Amino acid sequence: MSSGPRIGKDEWVAREGEQRERRSGLLGGIARAQARTPWWAFLAVFVVLACLVPVVTSDSYIQRVAFDTTIFMLLALGLNVVVGWGGLLDLGYVAFFGFGAYLYAILGSSQFDIHVPTIVVIPVVTLAGALLGLVVGLPSWRLVGDYLAIVTLFALQIFRSVITNGHDIFGSNVTNGVNGILKVDPLSWFGHALPVSHRGLFNPDYLYVAIGFFVVIYVALRFVNASRTGRAWRALREDPLAATSMGMPIDWLKLMAFAFGAGIAALTGTLTASVNAAVFPDNFDVPQLITIYAMVILGGAGSQAGAIVGAVVVNVMLESLRSPDNSRWVFYIAVLLLLLPVLRSARKYLLLVAATVAFGFAVHAIAGAIDPAWTRGTTPGGGAVGRAIAHWAIVPQSLGSTREASYVLLIAAVLAVVTIRGRWKLVALVPTLYLASFVWENVLGPQPEITRYILLGAILVGVMTTRPAGILGERRVEIV
Amino acid sequence: MTATPTPAGPAGAGAASPTPLLRLDNVDTFYGPIHILQGVTLEVMPGELVSLLGGNASGKSTTLKTALGLVRPRTGTVSIAGEDVTTRTTSYRIAKGLAIVPENRRLFAPMTVLENLEMGAYLHGSPTKEDFERVYTLFPRVYERRSQLAGTLSGGEQQMVAVGRALMCRPRLLLMDEPSMGLAPILVEKSFEIIQQVHEAGVAMLIVEQNANMALSIADRGYVLSTGRIVLQGTAAMLLADDDLKKAYLGR
Ligand SMILES: Nc1ncnc2c1ncn2[C@@H]1O[C@H](COP(=O)(O)OP(=O)(O)OP(=O)(O)O)[C@@H](O)[C@H]1O
Ligand SMILES: [Mg+2]
Repeated sequence: MSSGPRIGKDEWVAREGEQRERRSGLLGGIARAQARTPWWAFLAVFVVLACLVPVVTSDSYIQRVAFDTTIFMLLALGLNVVVGWGGLLDLGYVAFFGFGAYLYAILGSSQFDIHVPTIVVIPVVTLAGALLGLVVGLPSWRLVGDYLAIVTLFALQIFRSVITNGHDIFGSNVTNGVNGILKVDPLSWFGHALPVSHRGLFNPDYLYVAIGFFVVIYVALRFVNASRTGRAWRALREDPLAATSMGMPIDWLKLMAFAFGAGIAALTGTLTASVNAAVFPDNFDVPQLITIYAMVILGGAGSQAGAIVGAVVVNVMLESLRSPDNSRWVFYIAVLLLLLPVLRSARKYLLLVAATVAFGFAVHAIAGAIDPAWTRGTTPGGGAVGRAIAHWAIVPQSLGSTREASYVLLIAAVLAVVTIRGRWKLVALVPTLYLASFVWENVLGPQPEITRYILLGAILVGVMTTRPAGILGERRVEIV
Repeated sequence: MTATPTPAGPAGAGAASPTPLLRLDNVDTFYGPIHILQGVTLEVMPGELVSLLGGNASGKSTTLKTALGLVRPRTGTVSIAGEDVTTRTTSYRIAKGLAIVPENRRLFAPMTVLENLEMGAYLHGSPTKEDFERVYTLFPRVYERRSQLAGTLSGGEQQMVAVGRALMCRPRLLLMDEPSMGLAPILVEKSFEIIQQVHEAGVAMLIVEQNANMALSIADRGYVLSTGRIVLQGTAAMLLADDDLKKAYLGR
């Protein structure tokens, strides 16, 4: 056949390769570096860095954030098996996390005064979680996509109502209801308990334990992915009918994916329960589910390294956005980046920024002259940048009804800017941007609990529109 | 037409004939309430090349799916090499020696050609060197393209990979659903050459084709389906000479 006519899409393929070579910037660099370096080198560097956190800083908060990030990495790795490899939309995933935490708490606390040693309880919980995954995965035999998503979401709902009403299951108090289970045992090693806190501070040993679990799971999954089952999962995800036609037992493969994901989530639950010395129903709910999904999708579903990158980026982002000083940076940089595709020309861009800055000082001066109280408020956060901005942005001492008005006005202004074309767009952008900074400094900035999710959502949308497969995800190719 | 290594007798040649590799016996297949196959009986002997003809929506693909177990017949039996497999899974039937080149090929687009071939060998654990070599000698082009993503191959190349992937199952009987679909006229001829080559290697075949002339020219026997019933069957020569068939399907 080698002498056959050369019809085909070879040209297209060549262009694909070229694009990969040419892709510049940070992401292209990451992709190329990733292609060249062996995976274990990445893992080793990453683990060393993670282990260094308690050495570099004695800040208990940062150590705890590192621990939580490791927890999220484990959860993202598990979800990646179900969603990224199996292609099964499992919205009940956090239920397995919660199941693991609760089972650990029940088997090791004063709730029933049972204290099963760690070495026994962790394998038991992991296996029980995997078994639960098999059961919850059963509907996947008949359902896929959104239908499966709804059914698994319902499973999460069942789990939630069992634990919140679990203080009275046939007359016995199993989960202590909404109050949760307190005084959960710490991890122990042959009778030696590992205290969760050390003179009131986070015990970094827990970070090391979590990293240890992470390495084991990461490497194990790596081998699973390279195995026959891993390959079959990919086939299942791409085309279940073709996979069946190759003799793959797709029902069993789906259950396996569910069981792996659920087992990992349950295992992670034991770490959370032990480090918090308590479990509450609200720790295992839809917000956590969304966060873990955001991590997997942002990193690139199907990629283990992507799940890690996603977990680190999202969790560190969410933590740092708790402080208005940090979220201000993110906000202004996001606005400036957003303007790039709108303007397209560097000259216009600089002109606009300069005009907005000048406009701001002018308005600030006029407002201050009319009534000094209009500019005497303090910006959220109180860092140096925040204080500097207070000389430019209007921050009144008291807001009154301007809060809602400014919000509505901003939306109207943005809509107007979107519809206006040509030179006037540039002109209209100036007050709009200034209004945006007003809304940020007065309304959004002071409420980091809400805005950090808004900002994260905006970043997610931004990244996903530029890279639909996620940061480290594979580009999808369709047969056309 | 080359002689096949195994003796192939026409259907119903008497009790002395060897056990058919595949036999559908009076099969009735439904999709929900819709009755598709109505009393279909057909068999393929070891080493035989049988073609299954019929108009659009006559149930050809459904017949192959029933043979492979992707759909279950409501009544009737499917047997492979004499063993009743009607209630067995697709995996089991493939382990027994069936393989399929599905309609529209259905390659795994984001995987490389090599990975696609590996998928075909799922049931034997990991594919051996001989498995790959068999495919590569048949299709040197597939070897050249082994690290390219399957979704970016040309239609003809995809066809070769689809056949190669099915051969990785080490089949005794290959089911092919419209192997020439979407190929340029020269490539249609090529693909029939490929079919003959695979056949000469001792693999029995059941081929669904729209191109009845071409299909019958290489087949030993043929069946003609019309709205879920076998309306005509016989040796290829017989079918080629049949006036009704000519009128209905060969457009002459
Ligand atoms: N999954 C399904 N559910 C319901 N009806 C189906 C299904 N698959 C096929 N059919 C119907 O069964 C009939 C036979 O389909 P089949 O695919 O076997 O036709 P075919 O002979 O292969 O046709 P073609 O030559 O066009 O491929 C058609 O009327 C089709 O609409
Ligand atoms: Mg068909």
